[in-house]
Amino acid sequence: MKELLPLKQVMGFAFSMILTFIAVTVYFSNMSFATGMTVLLVTAFLQAGLQLVVFMHASETEDKGAIYTNIYYALAIALVTVFGTLLCMIWGYI
Amino acid sequence: MEFFERFAIPHPSPAIYASMVAIGLTVIAIVAGLTYFKKWGYLWREWLTTVDHKHIGIMYLISALLMLFRGGADAIMIRAQLAVPDNKLLDAQHYNEVFTTHGTVMIIFMAMPFIMAFMNYIVPLQIGARDVAFPRLNALSFWLFFMGAMLINISFVIGGSPDAGWTSYFPLANNEFSESVGTNYYMFALQISGLGTLMTGINMITTILKMRAPGMTLMKMPIFTWSALVTNIIIVFAFPVLTVALIMGTMDRLFATNFFTSTNGGIDMLWANFFWIWGHPEVYILVLPAFGIYSEIISTFSGRNLYGYKSMVGSMLIISFLSFLVWTHHFFTMGQGALTNSIFSITTMAIAVPTGVKIFNWLFTLWRGKIVITTAMLYSLLFIPIFTIGGVTGVMLGMSAADYQYHNTMFLVAHFHMVIIPGVVFGMLAGLHYYWPKMFGFILDEKIGKWTAWIISMSTLLAFMPMFFSGLDGQARRMYTYSESTGFGIWNMISFIGAIGLAIGFVLIVYNIYYSTRYASRDISSDPWDARSLEWATHSPVPEYNFAIVPHVTSTDALWDSKYNNHVLFPGKYEKIHMPNNSGIPFILSCIFFAWGFSFVFGMWIPAIITTIGIFICLGHRSLEKDYGRYISVKEIEETETKLRGV
Repeated sequence: MKELLPLKQVMGFAFSMILTFIAVTVYFSNMSFATGMTVLLVTAFLQAGLQLVVFMHASETEDKGAIYTNIYYALAIALVTVFGTLLCMIWGYI
Repeated sequence: MEFFERFAIPHPSPAIYASMVAIGLTVIAIVAGLTYFKKWGYLWREWLTTVDHKHIGIMYLISALLMLFRGGADAIMIRAQLAVPDNKLLDAQHYNEVFTTHGTVMIIFMAMPFIMAFMNYIVPLQIGARDVAFPRLNALSFWLFFMGAMLINISFVIGGSPDAGWTSYFPLANNEFSESVGTNYYMFALQISGLGTLMTGINMITTILKMRAPGMTLMKMPIFTWSALVTNIIIVFAFPVLTVALIMGTMDRLFATNFFTSTNGGIDMLWANFFWIWGHPEVYILVLPAFGIYSEIISTFSGRNLYGYKSMVGSMLIISFLSFLVWTHHFFTMGQGALTNSIFSITTMAIAVPTGVKIFNWLFTLWRGKIVITTAMLYSLLFIPIFTIGGVTGVMLGMSAADYQYHNTMFLVAHFHMVIIPGVVFGMLAGLHYYWPKMFGFILDEKIGKWTAWIISMSTLLAFMPMFFSGLDGQARRMYTYSESTGFGIWNMISFIGAIGLAIGFVLIVYNIYYSTRYASRDISSDPWDARSLEWATHSPVPEYNFAIVPHVTSTDALWDSKYNNHVLFPGKYEKIHMPNNSGIPFILSCIFFAWGFSFVFGMWIPAIITTIGIFICLGHRSLEKDYGRYISVKEIEETETKLRGV
């Protein structure tokens, strides 16, 4: 039975659908821009993480360490770039 | 006729017309020469279609040397113009074009291929591999770079050179202030060669992670391979930023978008921000492979293992991350507050720490070593003090409060030349002398080489030290003239003399290559320097399969162990070797890319569409093609090995 119903993937699929649904509600409800953006960002990153782990098998091979190092490194650089840019161009700009 | 008017140069001068004639004659001479000596077939089989990492490395090397002279000619023009006050040699527009081309060519089309040359040639040999992971992608990388270089090089005779500085800051670089197609050339040339670089990054990382010889764990890799790995990691993370920024800039110029405009919601400073998010890591992309080469050379010619191998690796990894945290120090004066600037000041100074660790490791490697002064070693030793001058002035510039004084002056120009010339150029020249016997089977003349090293290093000091003083006195960079009353005349005259000295030095290098090709002994061993790592364990010149038997490794100095510690490097016997086939597609695809870029530069949409389709046809061809490579039989290996051993 387990071969016929891979529970992890099915759960992942369901969760992914729920995340998509939450994201879509932003369009149809009257949220403020800030709330809507927060919902979108949170669901987007959860969705990306879910896809990587469940459907792109990030943690299922012996390369696991390398893959996660790579992801964390990329994430760190992306965050530094985004927030550094905001700091220079908007928050810290006189 | 109206159609062709767009190709006219907006700002002609006799020098440009002379260059047109010279380019025409050179092309005719090359075509005639190839036909006369019946070398077209040889060129196509051995070079244009090659996927061999060694041939590609050599092509990178030749391109880098050619571009060195292109950029060098621009440098001489800049220094000649500034040599005396109120000089009329170049006018303002021409001067702008010259310094823009100088910067762009030297960084993107000289320094980059130089490091690519050594990474391509040396890394697979050092890790005991037969080629890189994706040989055909490697060929594509080279040809994309080459076509990008050609695109920027024809700009000054067709349509006009870029003239907004090598940083091409918006809003100066937008259509309103840069009317000629020059900046389009800049955008497309960098885009095309940048794609090539990104592919190399992926290729090299895969090669180093997946194709190491048995027994070579990550911490047993030679230090140059480590530096190549870290460099390519930076490439993969930094170059996409340039790609995106260039696309946005191109859209602004060609399709009237408003990313970097000052009105309509655009933000012009964002270009500078993106440019340096790529640009600062780029500095480390250039300098880390040079550091790797220095490490190899210093340990070889000190006759001992590298001091602090682990701290070398660690400091490179720290540099790779810190290099992404400092970009704002390139525009401290753009209007950020004190807090923002202080944050980036601190990260900037932090980067001096791992760099300092590396300097001390080299000094400790020299300590009590049996030092042999060869040309390569001489460059490495001259590098340390001169680079330190550049590094210390960099820390001065890194203090944001003080930077308001130095910003945009010749002090800055002096600083980055004092970093890049010893850091990158000396490293590449050292590598050239060190690896020349591996590449071509003879040693470059040591006497001429040492003379050249001294001339180049002393001329560097002569050319750039005066700029520190004139910069502190207030001479701004990129000013095409100055009045006599400023008193900058004497400093600039000294700089000019230094520039002439550098030119003489670089001509001597070419003379040395010519002289050694004619007179140097071919009867040298495959390990002429008594070196330590695997690239010296195979024959010189290297057979196409690199190693007849895959080497087994137990330490960082595998060859040294096999020479002096009874380590068996090549266990087992010959087996047939699987090699990739040559392919003309990378060259053809890149030629189409050249036409594609050229069409976009001039906004010629029909050729742009046709070439885009051509690009996709080439990609499709690769997807559908069945190519299983070929095998070199044991008999063939035996014959080659016997021949190369000279028995």
